[in-house]
Amino acid sequence: MQLAYSLHRLGVEHAALSADDAPGGMFRKWPLFQRMLSWTKPYTGFKPGSREFERHDWNSLAGDEPAHRGLMASVMDGTSYFPSRPEMQRGLELFAERTTLRFRYGCRWESTGKDGNDFVLKTSDGEYRAPRVVFAVGVAQPWKPLTPGLEHAAQYGELRPVETYTDHRIFIIGKQNSGFEIASGLLPLARQIILASPSSTKLSVNTHSLVGVRARYVQPFEDSVLAGGVVILDASIEEVKRTADGFDVHVRTTTDKPIQFLVDDVIAATGFTTPLRDLADAVGVKTFGQSGLPAQTHFWESISTPGIYFAGTINQGSKGLMKHGIPSNSGACQGYRYNARVLARHLAEQQGIALEKPTIPENDVIPTMLREARFGPELWHQRSYLARVVSFVPERGIVDEGVLPLMYFLDDGRFDGAAAITLESNGHEDLYPVVYVRHDGRIHETRLPDDPFLNFETTQHRTDLAHALEPLLSPSLSQPRT
Amino acid sequence: MADEELADTIAGFALFADLSTPQREQVVDVFSEQWFGDGEKVLRQGLSGSGLYVVLDGAAAIRIDGVDRATLRAGDYFGEISCLLGEAPTADIVAIGALRCLVLSSAQVESFLKANPNVMYRLLQGEARKVRTTTKWLS
Repeated sequence: MQLAYSLHRLGVEHAALSADDAPGGMFRKWPLFQRMLSWTKPYTGFKPGSREFERHDWNSLAGDEPAHRGLMASVMDGTSYFPSRPEMQRGLELFAERTTLRFRYGCRWESTGKDGNDFVLKTSDGEYRAPRVVFAVGVAQPWKPLTPGLEHAAQYGELRPVETYTDHRIFIIGKQNSGFEIASGLLPLARQIILASPSSTKLSVNTHSLVGVRARYVQPFEDSVLAGGVVILDASIEEVKRTADGFDVHVRTTTDKPIQFLVDDVIAATGFTTPLRDLADAVGVKTFGQSGLPAQTHFWESISTPGIYFAGTINQGSKGLMKHGIPSNSGACQGYRYNARVLARHLAEQQGIALEKPTIPENDVIPTMLREARFGPELWHQRSYLARVVSFVPERGIVDEGVLPLMYFLDDGRFDGAAAITLESNGHEDLYPVVYVRHDGRIHETRLPDDPFLNFETTQHRTDLAHALEPLLSPSLSQPRT
Repeated sequence: MADEELADTIAGFALFADLSTPQREQVVDVFSEQWFGDGEKVLRQGLSGSGLYVVLDGAAAIRIDGVDRATLRAGDYFGEISCLLGEAPTADIVAIGALRCLVLSSAQVESFLKANPNVMYRLLQGEARKVRTTTKWLS
């Protein structure tokens, strides 16, 4: 929906198909326990609809006009800053209503082919042809490993009504957010919960990123360390056997100790995969990893099949720099909404549509870049992944190239005499801005100071940025100004 | 590739040769899998934020100041020096054709090696071989 909106705004002709019957997608069904993990803060000091507000709103799609922005804040009842599932659904419906986007709903993509330069999609509503196709089909198909007996386990999405787990011993395979979400939901009812997988649990509050279990679901962890009945194990699952009154689960710990559990229920929270249908066999799209994500370029184009693009949570397959091991937020709305906007601009350029790239007066370069670092939502939500780029073009002056993938800026020879500002985290300190300057074929990286109040417009920031931009700016401007 | 298959694949790599099946499964769980297209940079000379990479499939060039110096293949690893020293990589690593790697972030390398002394010993052996090669070359 975000991509269709952004394409529409840029005047790119397209058809948008959805197998769903109406806007709202997976939020008509999930999350399982009916509340999102991503927040929308109602009181931020900025008006919903402003660009600055988007940093605090992880759930709204990114509109270009105030009436299309920050819509989630208007549909939430104020009892939590995590929207409920129906509120999330309503937010998307409202976006669709206000933007009058044209989707062909109830249209199922069935198979893919190639005819000359065009891809040919066979759908439940007939055939569509286009030289470029974007798939935004999510990473939401539950996946189970081939562990013997695991076919007996229920998957995320197949759980019975929660009250049927009352006083049960429950074995959950998987220790990521979906496993902990289920454990949190069943905690008031279950007699015992065992969570097991080979690697130890990471918590987002420790990784300073969305890597790891989110604080919302951390209660089973506390229950475990305070000996309340939850067991958290680093172990591989060797076999699940059905018994007359439950399950017999055999595991082997990472210290090579075999353990057997007799439980009433086994739940597989073992991850999700990408429903790419015939894209691999029919047109050669390469995938990787357990989630079957398509390998993508920095503009989210299939590495193996030019012309096939991806949007939405599938963008996790375009890893970016992953500096300090921290991935992008492309798996969530607050990340992929900006990817979609950048992709729409890229596709517009591919179609020969000239994009607006305003010039920036030389005096404004430093304040503009620092303001982006302080308030630019793209930089806040897609750290080390998206960057604001300015190029220094002799015949035009200083050009605002807009928001671009950082990897594109660093690795594509097109930018020389240019600078990019982004935000980064290293997993143990507060986030900080980083400036990359390309000059004479070399790239120089400058870390700007962090700030306890996240204010990146201080005198020190101006001084450091001016110093970093010295090779590009005229001497008078690279002197610090207060 | 499913985690079970990956755990089997790395059983053939010297770095992980001493690990049991559950330990290899843990490696696969702790590392993430990444895929790079032909010519794509995996690490960038002089830029911060490295990781320990193990080549699963394909090949990569070690490129210093634009000149290719050596080629890495399945089972080889790279990035360990910048992780251990906390410094930026001294070379670009560039995919030659399709390249698939396991990746561990620099922040996790210390705890991973301490928890897996067999891997640490194998990695030390690898570093010793590199020092020997360099010494021979210098002499």
